[in-house]
Amino acid sequence: MKNNNLKALFVFLGPAMLAILVFFFIPVISAFAISFTDFDIYSLGNFSNARFIGLRNYTQLFEDPLFWTALQNTFFFVILAGPLSVCVSLFAAMVLNAKLVKFKAIFRLTYFMPVVTTLIAVAIVWRFIYHPRFGLLNYLLGFFQLNPVDWLGDPVWAMPAIIMMSVWKNFGYNMIIFIAGLNNIPSDLYEAATIEGASWQQQFRSITLPMLAPTTLFISVITMIGYFQLFAEPYIMTQGGPLNKTLSIVQYMYQEGFRWWNMGYSAAIAFVLFFIIFIGTVIQTIIQKKLKQA
Amino acid sequence: MKNLLLISEKCLDEKKLLQSNFRNLRKSFSYAKYALNFVLLVSFLSLSCSKKNDNQTEISFWAMGAEGEFVQKLVPEFEKQNPGIKVKVQMVPWTAAQEKLVTAYASDNSPDVYQLGNTWVPQFSALGAIEELNAWVAKSSEIKKEKYFDGIWDTNVLDKEVFGIPWYVDTRVMFYRKDMLAKAGYNSPPKTWDELYDCAKKIKKNLPTEKYPIYIPTNEWAPFVIFGLQANANLLKNNATYGNFQSKEFQQAFSFLINFIKEKLAPMSVSQVTNIYQAFAGEYLNMYISGPWNINEFKKWMTGNLADKWMTAPLPNISGDKYPGISLAGGSSLVISKHSKKKAFAWKFVEYLSTPKVQLELYHLINDLPAVKAAWNDPSLKDDVYLKAFYKQLQNVVATPKIPEWEQIVFSKLQQYAEYTARGTMSVDEAMKAMDLDVNKILEKRRWILGRRSE
Repeated sequence: MKNNNLKALFVFLGPAMLAILVFFFIPVISAFAISFTDFDIYSLGNFSNARFIGLRNYTQLFEDPLFWTALQNTFFFVILAGPLSVCVSLFAAMVLNAKLVKFKAIFRLTYFMPVVTTLIAVAIVWRFIYHPRFGLLNYLLGFFQLNPVDWLGDPVWAMPAIIMMSVWKNFGYNMIIFIAGLNNIPSDLYEAATIEGASWQQQFRSITLPMLAPTTLFISVITMIGYFQLFAEPYIMTQGGPLNKTLSIVQYMYQEGFRWWNMGYSAAIAFVLFFIIFIGTVIQTIIQKKLKQA
Repeated sequence: MKNLLLISEKCLDEKKLLQSNFRNLRKSFSYAKYALNFVLLVSFLSLSCSKKNDNQTEISFWAMGAEGEFVQKLVPEFEKQNPGIKVKVQMVPWTAAQEKLVTAYASDNSPDVYQLGNTWVPQFSALGAIEELNAWVAKSSEIKKEKYFDGIWDTNVLDKEVFGIPWYVDTRVMFYRKDMLAKAGYNSPPKTWDELYDCAKKIKKNLPTEKYPIYIPTNEWAPFVIFGLQANANLLKNNATYGNFQSKEFQQAFSFLINFIKEKLAPMSVSQVTNIYQAFAGEYLNMYISGPWNINEFKKWMTGNLADKWMTAPLPNISGDKYPGISLAGGSSLVISKHSKKKAFAWKFVEYLSTPKVQLELYHLINDLPAVKAAWNDPSLKDDVYLKAFYKQLQNVVATPKIPEWEQIVFSKLQQYAEYTARGTMSVDEAMKAMDLDVNKILEKRRWILGRRSE
């Protein structure tokens, strides 16, 4: 019986494991190896042109002002857009979950639509929304007698503009997960609380939030990992400008690797990013555990 | 990742369903065997079918963007002239072209012959991906150096060896609003830097604050390099192994252009201009240094009473003794893969695309300017008022430094420092000092390679 199980295990898991080994572990390990060399366009043609340079890529990285700019921008994005995105999706989920709201399916669909729309299409629309001379957003500002803002061209506003767009684009996905989480909270908890005379704020704080904790952990980890890999939005909207204020780490990595073919350097950036995400995830898990115990 | 999680959640729900189906699954394994045999048989048959044209050679040709889309129309004539050769055209989008070509080379799947932007030739020759063509040119009756514009031909020559044959050309000239320049007292476009500056000043007087005389986007490196070359700057020194952007000559050119932005004669932010042609139609911009790809767009946007309000002119020079000033030799070349087994056929195709007749056909298809000078005698080019400036300018074009790192130097560094200085976060002096440091870092590998070669 046990033997049979093992066989089945190999038959079912084997192909997937093999695929993961070939298409995941081997590339990751070779990328790690490459990050200790100066592999570049000269080396692609002739391997003897690659030098083993130890940690130089990493030391150079920490002296590279552009890397720090990219890191700073990415953190700025994650710290602002991450919680904002989670809050917006929680809010949307609660509103859609309320008993008073009608046509729930339609709203759910509408809010989910940006998630499945291609970013290129979305970016074109948002470029017009942000246009300094005939953009919708500046038109709205005009109603409040505010001066027009060059959203994507102003170093101060470019990142907030990217954040707004990303949150709008992504909150629908988390919202769906939150709705599922809210549906899983037994309704008798709320009934009991109502009978005890708890206000909706108290109910929110003492029932909804704790019951949603696992969902929130999952969402915030996934959102954080996704947001650290910020790439497509600035790549399409601003190409990292103005003044490199929207340059993200992944974008910098892409530029170094696939635009300028500095594969070694680019691999080093990738591993630093991996390390940061890893730390972030660990911290989040610890915080969540502490909250559970408290 | 997200999708995987979703799928696994779904799978849990369907677990029960699966369990009941498990017995059926076993049965279907034996069916799968039959299915697999069938697939193998079919693929074997189809393989043997495709082999039937033994006396025909198929060469693969990769072309980018519009060329990739339309060059197919030139192929039937070639196949008629050379019954033994078939050409398979593959279109590659410009944005992914370099990536695809390098990957194709790395996996030994390079096309036999392909189009290459002529600033990419140094990279692909450093890779060892493209064939040296001196011997081929020497034997050819069709392709001769004298038939091409000097500056353009030169972009394909590295250490006296030809690596690519010019296919079509481009260069940058001045596009301008005739009426707005006339209003400012310029009935003919500026011929010197001083005139250019003066002209911009005078146009500005007739414009409201949100409109500008000239457009010098900091995300286009070409004008900065062009003006630098006009000022006689040596962009790189010591056999192109060190940056030399701090030189007096380059700084002079660089500050001259940045000054337009600082004095609000040119818009600071690139995002303000989403559509250059529309901006031209609305007098929002009135002069712009750019290439031939704009001509059709200008024609499309400047219609009605605006149709005769724009013109092209060769570039002004630093001083008045020689006009026009230098511009850049741009365009695309045809190259042959070093590892191709069908080089002779590929070369035939290159020769075919280089005949004046086919060059003209390409112009008529997608307005690519012919690289072969003879094609310019055709009335459709000769009598085009907008092309006159290009023909004149093409006599005075030069190549940018021919090293693989050039693109990184200008796209990632020069443009960045142009933006920094335009926005005033750095002075020209500081920016060029930082620029040279960055360039020296980028060229470290080149110094090492050259040093090793000379040992």
